[in-house]
Amino acid sequence: MSEASIPASAGRGFFGEAPYRGIFGWIFSTDHKRIGLLYFWSIVTFFIVGVALGVLIRLELFAPGETIMGAQTYNAVFTLHGVIMIFLFIIPGIPAAFGNLIMPIQIGARDVAFPKLNLFSWWLYMTGACMALLSLFTGGGPPDTGWTFYVPFSAQTSTNVSLAALAVFVLGFSSILTGLNFVTTIHRLRTDGMTWTRIPLFTWTLYATAWIQILATPVIGITVALLFAERVLGTGLFDPTQGGDPIMFQHLFWIYSHPAVYIMVLPGMGVVSDIVAVFARKPAFGYKAMVVSSLAIAFAGSLVWAHHMYTSGISDLAVMVFSFLTFIVAIPSAIKVFNWLATLYQGSILLDPPLLFALSFILLFTIGGLSGLVLGSAATDVHVHDTYFVVGHFHFVMFGGTGMAFFAAMHYWLPKIYGRMYDKTVATVSWVIIFVGFCILYIAMKVVGIQGMPRRYYDYIPEFTGLNQLATFGSWILTLGLILMFVNIFRGLFYGEPVGNNPWGGASLEWQIPSPPPTENFGDEDPVVTHGPYDFKKAGIL
Amino acid sequence: MSGHVHKDYIGAKFGMWLFLFTEVLLFGGLFILYAVYLARYPQEFISAGGELDVRFGGGNTLVLLTSSLFVAISITALRREKVRLAMGLLGATIGCAALFMINKYFEWTAKFSHGIYPGSEHFAAMKPGEVVFFNIYYLTTGLHGIHVVIGAIILAWTMCLIRSGRVNAKDWVILENAGLYWHLVDLIWIFIFPLYYLVLH
Repeated sequence: MSEASIPASAGRGFFGEAPYRGIFGWIFSTDHKRIGLLYFWSIVTFFIVGVALGVLIRLELFAPGETIMGAQTYNAVFTLHGVIMIFLFIIPGIPAAFGNLIMPIQIGARDVAFPKLNLFSWWLYMTGACMALLSLFTGGGPPDTGWTFYVPFSAQTSTNVSLAALAVFVLGFSSILTGLNFVTTIHRLRTDGMTWTRIPLFTWTLYATAWIQILATPVIGITVALLFAERVLGTGLFDPTQGGDPIMFQHLFWIYSHPAVYIMVLPGMGVVSDIVAVFARKPAFGYKAMVVSSLAIAFAGSLVWAHHMYTSGISDLAVMVFSFLTFIVAIPSAIKVFNWLATLYQGSILLDPPLLFALSFILLFTIGGLSGLVLGSAATDVHVHDTYFVVGHFHFVMFGGTGMAFFAAMHYWLPKIYGRMYDKTVATVSWVIIFVGFCILYIAMKVVGIQGMPRRYYDYIPEFTGLNQLATFGSWILTLGLILMFVNIFRGLFYGEPVGNNPWGGASLEWQIPSPPPTENFGDEDPVVTHGPYDFKKAGIL
Repeated sequence: MSGHVHKDYIGAKFGMWLFLFTEVLLFGGLFILYAVYLARYPQEFISAGGELDVRFGGGNTLVLLTSSLFVAISITALRREKVRLAMGLLGATIGCAALFMINKYFEWTAKFSHGIYPGSEHFAAMKPGEVVFFNIYYLTTGLHGIHVVIGAIILAWTMCLIRSGRVNAKDWVILENAGLYWHLVDLIWIFIFPLYYLVLH
């Protein structure tokens, strides 16, 4: 975030108008773009930590038996990998970073509805993150429960689950406040002419996401609070010896954590919708269907939580009902995929890095989504439950989906925010490496899972060695690609060629203002919107 | 930052209502657990629930309902520029909150003196369903008690803002939002009271 590297001649925009000196100009700023960048850099830092932990997991699994760490360390490492990637990277990733950076500009607002609350959310996020990291070194050592904190183990283990549970509570509170801020912003601060059907699809998905954040997150808040109470006060609401039921923990946990999957992926879908339309130079196909499918995913996604619990002992009727509901979610998801393809069809496609990452989202998300049907169907799920097939599946949708969308958003919007362009050739090369490494790593995981390798063990039988080594090779290629991508884009942001207002030819509002944007985005007069977000003819792009 | 001051009362209230949804859902988790465990242990819930004293619960219900009335009148008073009346009513509301907590203190102390608390020998000797009942009773009313304290702090902070003139007859949305929060605290009690003190008798 060094401001000095942006020369005054380039037009420093909001970089040049710090409310306070030095670091305080960032951590006490209420400007949505500064807060967005605070989130972005915090999130990227945690992502890099999470990747490092993931590589450690793969190294341990390079050979059967103890390779580089013992069983207890392995438990702590995969728990930490999960907690960091889920709560510190994927959930806040696109909404908190790019939502803050871009959403107010896309609707023609000068900031979010509650700027101070927005800053408070970031502080809560950092507090929760520090608590999560502190739990590693205090109490009984790093939590070893996996990111799901299932009772009864989480209530009994001597490791520091209590602090980690509080960290999740605080992070959830941060997520709730961001959600209610965004919903209020989108309702109240749209500029003249920004009707509901002129809102860019990225902002629409943030709107759907924000509702899930508001309505689902409190449930995990109370769940981890009860876990905390069970550990500290001994109020065993999930403890069978006190009449409690551990299954109720799983229900409450997934009532949040399954909708949270859509908190993770919906904004990514929005990023892809915007990018596909801009780089195909065509209006997004089926705009209204895209909007409705976002809301439908948010709604239907709230009714499917027990598909994580087919083998937990819930009734057969419940399994059938939840299996059926799970299949319903596939419909709006498929609508989105077909609409992206229809948008690309006969477009004049510019194969720039943002589109490449968006295309890999479409492919990998589709593969991941289809493997999800194997898990959603109860009969097949029983066989692959808790195997590496599940691990491969959710890495396809979360990393291949949301992760790729995050990278796409970086390559699409960061030149706008910093006013400088990265090297597109290197970005393309890094995309190829990432894609190849990704496929080797996670396809190997899926295959070894089908063969029966269970998840969460540091050891395995010798028959699985070949595929595990292949996956570890893939993780090295993937890491190499990630390093190349990050170095290239960050170098470009600080030293690259200046870009104009509209490097990609977008028609939505963020491309009509200078790069970097000024502090309140628009000059003295609020913009007046006269056409849709993908009307490239009226915007003068075509 | 520039001097561009943005005031959006509807937006501020809209945001508050969204926040109240999240509070309802927070307690919703506990109400779900109550429903599930009531269905599983109906006899034990009735025998354990019979030990709660309806006079404590009923008294606190009266206290909270009265306090909500005070807050509602204080908003109207402030809008009609009767600042001293508004301050007095808010002070009375905070007094009601204190009364509520004192009442709760005596109620819980009485329970504790009978050995009804997690970890006690008497607790361990009770039936599992009764243990669940008291656990969920302590957690639900405890969480509600925390909300009463938070609500009282918010009202006290609002009184400071009224005193300094930042909240006044023209600019009173903070008071209204604080009042909304207080009504929510009241509303949750309106569900807790019958579920724990009335229907199990």
